[in-house]
Amino acid sequence: MVPVPYRVVGRARETADTVTLSLEPVDQPITTPAPGQFNMLYAFGVGEVPISISGIDAGHRVRHTVRAVGAVSQALCAAEAGAMVGVRGPFGTDWGVDSAAGGDVIVIAGGIGLAPLRPVVHELLHNRRQFRRVTVLVGARSPEEIVFRGEVASWQASARITVRTTVDYATAAWKGEVGVVPTLIERVTIDPEVTTVMICGPEVMLRFTAAEVLGRGVAAERVRVSMERNMQCGVGRCGHCQLGPVLVCLNGPVLPWSRVGPLVARREL
Amino acid sequence: MKTIADVIAEQTFFQGLDQDSLDFVAGCGRNVHYAAGDRILTQGEPAQTFYLLRSGSVALSFYVPGRGAAIIDTLGGGDVLGWSWLFEPYRWQFDAEAREDVAALAFDGVCLRNKCDADAQLGYVLVQRFAKVMLTRLQSVRMRMLDIYGPSTSS
Repeated sequence: MVPVPYRVVGRARETADTVTLSLEPVDQPITTPAPGQFNMLYAFGVGEVPISISGIDAGHRVRHTVRAVGAVSQALCAAEAGAMVGVRGPFGTDWGVDSAAGGDVIVIAGGIGLAPLRPVVHELLHNRRQFRRVTVLVGARSPEEIVFRGEVASWQASARITVRTTVDYATAAWKGEVGVVPTLIERVTIDPEVTTVMICGPEVMLRFTAAEVLGRGVAAERVRVSMERNMQCGVGRCGHCQLGPVLVCLNGPVLPWSRVGPLVARREL
Repeated sequence: MKTIADVIAEQTFFQGLDQDSLDFVAGCGRNVHYAAGDRILTQGEPAQTFYLLRSGSVALSFYVPGRGAAIIDTLGGGDVLGWSWLFEPYRWQFDAEAREDVAALAFDGVCLRNKCDADAQLGYVLVQRFAKVMLTRLQSVRMRMLDIYGPSTSS
C-alpha cells in the first residue's frame, strides 16, 4: 500500500493534453504487470490517481499514458525526465490475452482507451502465430488526437494485423475513415464462435460498441471491456469504485460484458 | 456473366427481396466505376441517382467557407450513398468524392420512384431499408454530438 519510488526516464507527448511517461524503479520494482492492469500514480504533494499501464518494458520499466484533466494528472503530465513519482500496483484484472489463443481477436479502442490496449497489441504481435485474425479498430475525435499515432501507422504498415482508424471530424487530408468506432465493426469479418473482443474507451462508446458486437453474434462472455471508475485504494477496501456488486479496482477493470453490461445500463449505479 | 439482378441480390441492402422485386429494381440499375479523386455528388445539384457501393471508399463532405471541405462521413463496400433522390427538392445536400477506386451500382432515382409508386409494397420495403440506413447514420451523428472523447471528470 506504500508507493514505491519511480523515476521518470522518458516523456513523450501524444496529443495536446496527453503524455506518455516511461518510469524506472529507483530501488525495488513493483510486480511485473499484465496487460490491462493499472497502477496508482502518486504526484508527490498533489495526490494519487489510477492510471492504466500502456507499456511493459524490459528492466522493470513501465509506461503510463496520462491525460491532463485535473490537478494530479496535470502534475504527472508536467513531470520531466528525472522527476520522481510514487507507484502502487499493479492492481486489478488483466485482458487475459492467452485465453484468446487459437481464435480471432478484435481490439477496439476509443481515444485514450488505446493506452491499456497497447500492451495487448504488443503481445498479439509478439505471439502472432498463436492467433488467427487480429483486428485493431481505433477511434478518436480528430486525427491529431489519436494516441500512439506513429505506432498505429506502423502496425498498419506491417500488414501482420488489420488496423482501421476512424475519427469524428477530419479535413480532406485525413486518409482514414470518418465516423464513430461502432461503424467500423460492420466492415470487419467476425466468426463469433471463436472471436474474443477487447474494448476500452468512454463508457458511451463501450455501450454502443458492445451492442454492435453482440449484434454480430459474439457472446457477451467473449466481450471484455475495461471500466473506468473512481479507484482510490486499489484493493477493494474504500468502495469508491463500486459499480453495483462489482468493485472495479478489484474485480475489474477488465470485465466480461456479460457481467458489466447489465450494470452500466442502470442509471443510478 | 452476372446480371444486375444477380449482383444486387448479393448486397446486404437488398437481401431478402424476392426475385420479382430484384428484377424490378435491377431495371433501374447499372454498374459504374470511379477513379480515386473523382467527384460523385455535388452539393446543390439535382439528386437523380442512388448508389450502392460494391468496393472502394467514398468521403462525404461539406464545404465550409474559410475551412475548406470537412469530411462528415466515409462509406465503403455495401454502403448506401445518397438518399436525396427520394425526397423533395431532390438536390444533393453534400459532396461525395471517391477516395480510392470505386465500383458501385447506380440506380436511376426517377425510375425507382416511379416503380415504388406503381408497387406500393415494394416501395414500403425499400423505404424501410433506407430508413434503417438513415437511423444508423443518425445514431452515429448523435454519438459524435456527445463528444465522448472530451475531457473526463477524473483527477
